[in-house]
Amino acid sequence: MIDIPLTHLLILGAILFCLGMLAVITKRHAIVVLMGIELVFNAANINLIAFNRYQPNLMAGQIFALFVMVIAAAETAVALALVLKVYQYFKTVNLDQIRQPSRD
Amino acid sequence: MNTVLILFYIFGFLAVLSAAFMVYTRNVLYAAFGLLATLLSVAAIFVLLFADFVALTQLMVYVGGVLVLILFGIMLSNRVANRAIQSESVNFWSGNLIAGMFLVGLVYLILTAGIVPAASEPATISNNVPAKSSITAIGIYLITNFALPFEVTSFILLVALMGAAYISTPEKND
Repeated sequence: MIDIPLTHLLILGAILFCLGMLAVITKRHAIVVLMGIELVFNAANINLIAFNRYQPNLMAGQIFALFVMVIAAAETAVALALVLKVYQYFKTVNLDQIRQPSRD
Repeated sequence: MNTVLILFYIFGFLAVLSAAFMVYTRNVLYAAFGLLATLLSVAAIFVLLFADFVALTQLMVYVGGVLVLILFGIMLSNRVANRAIQSESVNFWSGNLIAGMFLVGLVYLILTAGIVPAASEPATISNNVPAKSSITAIGIYLITNFALPFEVTSFILLVALMGAAYISTPEKND
């Protein structure tokens, strides 16, 4: 049985990680930045599952991936609530325009 | 080339393509749908790696929960109704340069890491692969070896639920 080479899986994870990082760096819409963070989580999950193939009876990789997903879901819920609150307060979700009005 | 390998390349290519579409498109809703395609492809790759329960969780939590939440967030945080929601990008070239250099460094690190190829130890891998499903093993590990992280995770979920509900309730002016 021929397996998927571990190197290719790691490179796929690296590409997805860099694309997520690129979204976080360049995008200015708060929700798109959140999507980039989700992409980074997925890249980490790919690496965890790939390494789990080399210790299949330990299962630590898959369980760790499950925990990562749970934390990601909790993070998204709180972050989107914060984004909605920021939108109500500042009337924008553009990260560069969110600033306090100058008190002069 | 066997079927698993071909399927892996197809889904990996799809994942990278839709992730790149997500990053480079300017429309926020299109970006959400690009993320949807990426998540589905990654779930398919999980299935190819014998992680069926994780793939199902990916479908239910990410595609069913997180992405719907993101779509709701996009729709709730916009004033203009009949115009496409744009997301401007700043630092385009320098961001691309940094991410590209990071990718080159990571790939160099992976290729020179001296990873033992799977072909050198096929017996141990194919003998230990669970024949039916990984759900039984995950369930047993979750209540024995990983019982404490499991409980802590449930507590974190409770805290996140209460926090999100508290943050998003409108303030009472009294």
